[in-house]
Amino acid sequence: MSSATVTRSPATPAIPAKAKRRRLTPGRVVLYVFVTLTALAWLFPVVWAVLNSFRDYNYVSVHGYASLGGFTFKNYVDAWQQGEFTRHFLNSLIITVPAVLLTLFLASCVAFVVARFSFRFNLILLGLFTAANLLPQQALLIPLYRAYREIPLPLWMSDSGQLLDSYWGLILVNVAFQTGFCTFVLSNYMKALPHEMYEAARVDGAGVPVQFFRITLPLCRPALAALATLQVTWIYNEFYWATVLMQSGDKFPITSSLNNLRGQFFTDYNLLSAGSIVIALPVLIVFFVLQKQFVAGLTLGSTKG
Amino acid sequence: MSDLPTVPAAPAAAAVPRRRRGSRVRVTGTDRIFLALMVIVPTVLVVGWVWLPAIASVVLSFARWTGVGGLDTIQWIGTENYKNVFTIYPPFYPALRHNVIWLVFLFVLPTLFGIFLAVLLDRELRGTRFYQTAFFLPVVLSLALIGFIWQLIYSRDQGLLNAVLHTQIDWYGDSKWNLWAVLVAASWKHAGYIMLLYLAGLKGVDPSLREAAAVDGASQVRTFFSVVLPVMRPINIIVLVVTVIEALRAFDIVWVINKGTNGLELIGTLVTSNVIGEASRIGFGSALATIMLVISLGFITIFLATVMRGEGQR
Repeated sequence: MSSATVTRSPATPAIPAKAKRRRLTPGRVVLYVFVTLTALAWLFPVVWAVLNSFRDYNYVSVHGYASLGGFTFKNYVDAWQQGEFTRHFLNSLIITVPAVLLTLFLASCVAFVVARFSFRFNLILLGLFTAANLLPQQALLIPLYRAYREIPLPLWMSDSGQLLDSYWGLILVNVAFQTGFCTFVLSNYMKALPHEMYEAARVDGAGVPVQFFRITLPLCRPALAALATLQVTWIYNEFYWATVLMQSGDKFPITSSLNNLRGQFFTDYNLLSAGSIVIALPVLIVFFVLQKQFVAGLTLGSTKG
Repeated sequence: MSDLPTVPAAPAAAAVPRRRRGSRVRVTGTDRIFLALMVIVPTVLVVGWVWLPAIASVVLSFARWTGVGGLDTIQWIGTENYKNVFTIYPPFYPALRHNVIWLVFLFVLPTLFGIFLAVLLDRELRGTRFYQTAFFLPVVLSLALIGFIWQLIYSRDQGLLNAVLHTQIDWYGDSKWNLWAVLVAASWKHAGYIMLLYLAGLKGVDPSLREAAAVDGASQVRTFFSVVLPVMRPINIIVLVVTVIEALRAFDIVWVINKGTNGLELIGTLVTSNVIGEASRIGFGSALATIMLVISLGFITIFLATVMRGEGQR
């Protein structure tokens, strides 16, 4: 703990950008123009989808994009109904919320042990968890798929009677995959927490549970918030496992339901644009509401709670 | 292959605290049980859901099995699956080539561009928030959805690109173009991701280092390459590994477009098609999966070795 390197835990908080304003030199004007144009280009595909989602394609193809009129909300209604979005959004909710909570809790547990107690195997442990997050899912598909077909679940848990095609199976595989990344981030964060606090706690006779729940977890709130934001996004966006481990179309979470929407949506510009925006909306909202915290969690890293 | 995950013997057993520099951590009765549970439960999940299947993939790659019936119907056929992959399986080399193209493309364009953007945004621009938001926006979208959104641009009859170029190309359908079209869409996301990773790293660089370089009269470019870049070594490696893994895992966008056929074959889609498709060829699919596994483990080892070297010294 004593010899934290510069890269790993920046001890000095970054100077607020507003502290000094630079003069506008020609070089900086070029910089601004370049960055602004690039940023607008980056936003374009989404903006294009939003614009199109409110217009009737048939009207536009006759009158051109510069025309006024053809504005409609009908694309959204159609996309929502034809894509059965109510059901698929519900499925996403059922999978994402428990998966994120479980991931963060389990990762905090492992990270705490790795960061606070220098057990002989903690390097191996960290490696085991971190590497698990980086393996390609396809490399695990075959045995996992076969095992999921064999593992029975009572019917009240899964109407398929097995782990395959059940929400439980999907939640567990997501947790198993994401825990590694969170463990890695959290253990680094916890290592940078002030050591003295634990010394004081130990002197007061605080055991491991108190150290974990009362000291470590509250101090890790910024990191947990940032990770929660990331994980909600990632698990909501998760495509592979839901595609291969869910069999009934009505159990697909929203992202994997795209598999079945392609046929209808790819040929219908109206459905395609409105449907894409609806599916993007939850993560966009999370992104815009929590971005500050999100970026702060990543950039401030390990300064303080 | 076991149905239930087994408890791994290794990690939690060592409840003996090792001496830390200066202080010794004592662990007693209940604390010991608590700590053991904190490690065992997540480990069971990760080992049972990730590592055991990975090992089982390797084992099954030496077998012929339809997947129907019990484990006793498995025939062990040695390395025949691998021979078949390399000799009589036409999609393999195109898929391999596409994965390599994917990697090179991601690295040369969006990765380097993302780093470039991060360096620009690190220069105390006004309205940084807006720029960051713009570049980071695609990162929160799934690649499957990105495939959908770009169809608005790539569609043959209604797409923007053909309207602008006055062409009639089916960008997703024509095997001459579709890999590149998909790569552009994927880069849209990847560049933002790298930008954010790198920007976070740059913000963590001790400002006094730069000030010192400036006092010594080093130019900004010189400072970046001689001072900032070396300090950023861990981030550089993370960026490299992220890019390799992304290229190897590439799947979603291709699957949502045409299930990885007609010019969009990737190793990941071949594995999947061999298992959940009509013909379930478990051994053959496992051989492909094992090839992916070996490649990825190589890079994961490099990654861990670099990251852990820091840990070991502490």
